Amino acid sequence: MPTLPPVKTRHTGWMLFWMTVWGRSYPRVVGMQRERSWLFFDIFLPLMGVSAYVFVYRAIHAPEDYIGFVIVGGVMIAYWMNVLWGMSSQLYWEKETGNLALYIIAPGPLMACLLGMAVGGLFATTLRALVGLVIGSLLFNVNYTVVSFPFLFLVFLAAMIALYGLGMATSSIFLLLSREAWHIANLAQEPIYLVSGFYFPIKSFPFWVAAAGSLIPLTLGLDAIRQLVFASGPSLGFISVPLELGILVVLALVFLFVSYLLLNYMERLAVREGKLTDIRS
Amino acid sequence: MEISPKPFSIFPRSFLTAAWLGWKIESNWTDPFLFAVYSIIKPLAGAMILVVMYGVIANGNYNTPIFAYIYIGNAFYRYVGDVMTGISFTIIEDREHYRTLRYIYTAPIVVPFYLLGRGVARFLTSSFAVVVVMGAGILFLHLPFDLQKVDWLLFLVGLLVGVVMLAMLGLILAGITLLIVNHNYAIGDAVSGALFLFSGAIFPLDVLPVWLRPIGFIIPVSYWLELLRRALIGNVAQAFPTFSSLSNLQLLGILVTLAIVFGIISVYVFRLCDHNARERGLIDLTTNY
Repeated sequence: MPTLPPVKTRHTGWMLFWMTVWGRSYPRVVGMQRERSWLFFDIFLPLMGVSAYVFVYRAIHAPEDYIGFVIVGGVMIAYWMNVLWGMSSQLYWEKETGNLALYIIAPGPLMACLLGMAVGGLFATTLRALVGLVIGSLLFNVNYTVVSFPFLFLVFLAAMIALYGLGMATSSIFLLLSREAWHIANLAQEPIYLVSGFYFPIKSFPFWVAAAGSLIPLTLGLDAIRQLVFASGPSLGFISVPLELGILVVLALVFLFVSYLLLNYMERLAVREGKLTDIRS
Repeated sequence: MEISPKPFSIFPRSFLTAAWLGWKIESNWTDPFLFAVYSIIKPLAGAMILVVMYGVIANGNYNTPIFAYIYIGNAFYRYVGDVMTGISFTIIEDREHYRTLRYIYTAPIVVPFYLLGRGVARFLTSSFAVVVVMGAGILFLHLPFDLQKVDWLLFLVGLLVGVVMLAMLGLILAGITLLIVNHNYAIGDAVSGALFLFSGAIFPLDVLPVWLRPIGFIIPVSYWLELLRRALIGNVAQAFPTFSSLSNLQLLGILVTLAIVFGIISVYVFRLCDHNARERGLIDLTTNY
C-alpha cells in the first residue's frame, strides 16, 4: 500500500488559513489547464444565448450601445452562475458526494475553504469572461469608451468581493435547505437576470425596484461598469458611479460578515445535531 | 431458455409509471403553493426580460407585430428546453443523483418509453408556464390575440406534432448522455441554446447573418414556432418574410416530415448508444463530475 510522506511542518493560525485558501482554490485554477473542454462549454455556449439577445436588439433597431450592454451583461452572467453553482450550492454538493464530513474534520477553517472556492472560482471565471468578452465584442463590433481604468478596476473588484461574499453567505443557507437548494439555485437565474438588468439598463425599472435589485451586487457593479465603458452609459446609469462604488463596498463587508456568522452557526449545528452531513436525496 | 416476447402492456406501463414518477420528483420537494409560485416566477421573469428590452427601445409601445412575434416565440420555446432537455436529463438524474438507473435497466420496462414518460411531468409544468406567460401577455401587454380568430385545429395539431418531435430529440440526447462522462449536464443546454439562437425563437430569422440562416431552415423548431404563431395570431405572424412563401399546410407538412425523420433517427441513435453503454459498462457509472 502506498504511504504518504510524513508531515514535516504543521501550519497553524494565519498560515493554516492561507494554506487552506490556496489548497481549495488550487483545483479550480489548475483544473482549467488540465481539461480544456471548458473553452467550448463555458465560452461558446453562453455566447450563443447572449447572441440571441443581441439579435433581438438588432430586430427592434436598438442603438448600438445596447448590443454592448448585452455583451457585457452576458459576460457578467458567468460570475453569477459561478457564485450560484460553484459557491452557494457547493457545500450542498460536497455533502451529497460525501466530502463535507472531510472538510469539517480537516484542520483548516471552513471560512478559508469557502474563500478558496471564491478565489479559485473568481480566477477561472475571469479567464472565461475575458475570452467571452473579446470574442463577443469582435463578433458584434462593440465600441468601448472607457472613462477611467482605475475606477473601472475598483468597481469590478468591489462588485466581485461583494458577490462572492454573498455566495459564501448563501452556501451555508443552501446547505441547511438541502434538497430545496437545487430548485432555489435554479430559480435564481431568470429572475436575477431580470432584476439585475443583465440585458438592459437597470434605470428602465422604477427607482424602488432598481434599488431592491441592487441588493445583488452585480446589479450596481454592472450598472457602474456600463457607465464607465460606454458613451451612452452615464445617461442610462441608475445612480452615480462613486455612490455605486460606496454601496458595493458596504455590501462586500456585510456579506463577508454574514457569511462568517452563518458558517459558525452551521458548524455549531453540525456539532449539536450530528446529522449535517447526512445525505437526504 | 426461450425468451418470450414482451407483452404490449409493457409499453404503456413503462410510460405511465415513469410519468407518475417524474411528476413526483418534479413536484414533491415542496408544498403545492410554493411549487406553483416556483413554476410561475421563472417563466414570467424570462418573458419580462424581453418585455423590458423591447419596452426600453419602443417606449412601451407593445402593440406591434414584432413584439407579438418575440413574445409568443419565447413563451412556447419553454417546451424545447423542458421537454427535450428534461428527457435527456433523466439519465443524469437516475444515474448520477439517485443512482437508480441500474435498477431501472433490470426492471421489466422498456427504457425509451420510460424516458419519454419522464418527460411528461416537464411537459405539464411547461404547459402551465406557457399558459401563465400567454395570459400575462394578453391581459397586460395587449397581445393581438383573439380567441375566435385562433385556428385551434392547426394549433393543437402543431403543438402535438412539435412536442412529439421534441421528445424524439430528447431521446437522441438521452442516448448521447449515456455515453458521455464529462459535461453531460451541459449537453441539453447546449442543444437548447443553439436551437434558441438558430430557430429564430425570439427574432425573425432574417435578422441572422445570411450565412447562418440555412441552419434555421433545417431545424424543425423554426417551422414549429412559426406554425404556432400563425395559428394563434394569424396575419401578424405572416408579416415577416422568412416563411411567408409557405402556406400553413406546407409548414405542417414540413414539420410532420421532420418529426418523422427525427423520430426514426432517435430510435436508431438511442439503440446504438444504449448498446454501447451496456457493452462499456456505463449504465451504472457514477462520475461525480
